[in-house]
Amino acid sequence: MSEFTMDDLRTVMQEAAGENRHLQGDVLDEQFTELGYDSLALLEAAARVERSFGVKIGDDDIADVGTPRDFIQLVNDRLAQAPA
Amino acid sequence: MSTVITGLGVMAPNGLSSEDYWSATLNGDSGIAPIDRFDTSGYPVSLAGQVTGFEPEELVPDRLMPQTDRMTRMALAAADAALADAGAGPGTLPEYDMGVATASTSGGLEFGQRELQKLWGKGWQHVSAYMSFAWYYAVNTGQISIKHGMRGPGGVVISEQAGGLDALAFARRQIRKGTPLMVTGGVDGSLCPYGLAIQIASGRLSTQDHPDLAYLPFDHRANGYLPGEGGAILVAEERESAQRRGAPAAGELAGYGAAFDPSPGSRGALVRAARAALADAGLAADGIDAVVADAAGQQDDDQAEADALSELFGPAGVPVCVPKTMTGRLLSGGAALDTATALLALRDQVLPPAINIHAELTDPRLDLVIGEPRETPVRAVLVLARGHGGFASAAVLTRP
Repeated sequence: MSEFTMDDLRTVMQEAAGENRHLQGDVLDEQFTELGYDSLALLEAAARVERSFGVKIGDDDIADVGTPRDFIQLVNDRLAQAPA
Repeated sequence: MSTVITGLGVMAPNGLSSEDYWSATLNGDSGIAPIDRFDTSGYPVSLAGQVTGFEPEELVPDRLMPQTDRMTRMALAAADAALADAGAGPGTLPEYDMGVATASTSGGLEFGQRELQKLWGKGWQHVSAYMSFAWYYAVNTGQISIKHGMRGPGGVVISEQAGGLDALAFARRQIRKGTPLMVTGGVDGSLCPYGLAIQIASGRLSTQDHPDLAYLPFDHRANGYLPGEGGAILVAEERESAQRRGAPAAGELAGYGAAFDPSPGSRGALVRAARAALADAGLAADGIDAVVADAAGQQDDDQAEADALSELFGPAGVPVCVPKTMTGRLLSGGAALDTATALLALRDQVLPPAINIHAELTDPRLDLVIGEPRETPVRAVLVLARGHGGFASAAVLTRP
């Protein structure tokens, strides 16, 4: 499975939160809460990633995600663990 | 301490703003039409008061689109309009001095139905996280409160069609307890297959398929009511607080009363509610210039309301308005819209007509305003509302 990128996160967030304009520019290390995305938006985004990328992301894992970098790292960790 | 209404936001089958609604209503323009959202060929009901021309993409922030039912989007748009009308918003008052109390009947059923279809059709992984609140009763209150930074008292009242008035009373209680501004009213609607199924099950919907014959309250041909969607959001404020910030009042919520008819077959709640509202307003029956009727569209319920009106006012003792003939019954949004109608009648000194019913076929004890608007002095209006299961509420609106 290919890598999960910032562009993928933007695509997912467009569907999960209705817009991704706060994910433009250099925001990898900004807190999602500062960017205006709440915990439900992240849960919804994670559910969409699970379905599109065939990985399992627990609600507890998402609770630990603070920044886009955390989110991307979490998905890529799961992709690496997933059977090829 | 008195409670005044300083802002009006309307979303109705025959108008997407309070002015459009009012001019359509005075003109007798109906919003009743065949349901076009889904195929109704398997249903006994094919007509409804649908809000047409509403473009949520233009009126609702894109962030809220994935997490809102249609009725919540309409409520958000109506709340925006009401707050703009009142010249209020975030920062008008401290955030804990502004609250929200709306009415609901069954929450966001269209959203709920869609997610349940995903649950059974595609699997649990496909159910939206927003299902956690998007179909709940309190969702409109919550979304309005979050969007406008109103962290004062929040609540939702569920008493079917009576809810539109009960929410106003809830708001007035909060104002009396010290919150100077409350956003209130109700916008409702469940014109989806599941929502229609629930309403059909009540056995009170009209199965007529001709728009001019389907909902004929107080007419001997009455055969049920038509469902509709929409309603009104109002900004209610403590009078002196509104004056201090220079917000003009459209009217005063001068009286309110609620009563209940326990089943089976008990009667009289509507009269008790109306008497309580009149007493609360300090008015005798002859101080009321018009009534906006509940207008169930059922022979027995219409008879009961006509009984109540003649007991209160005497035969043909007060003009009776039934603008619902142009919109259908809007669940918890209905009485909120009737309250908006009352305020507009107080402003313009004119009563809106009912359509489709014929004077010679209606109860002779009622002075129904039919066909043409009626210009008359309007100083106080009584709004009546009954909710399925025995709820009865009444409100008196007076000139500011």
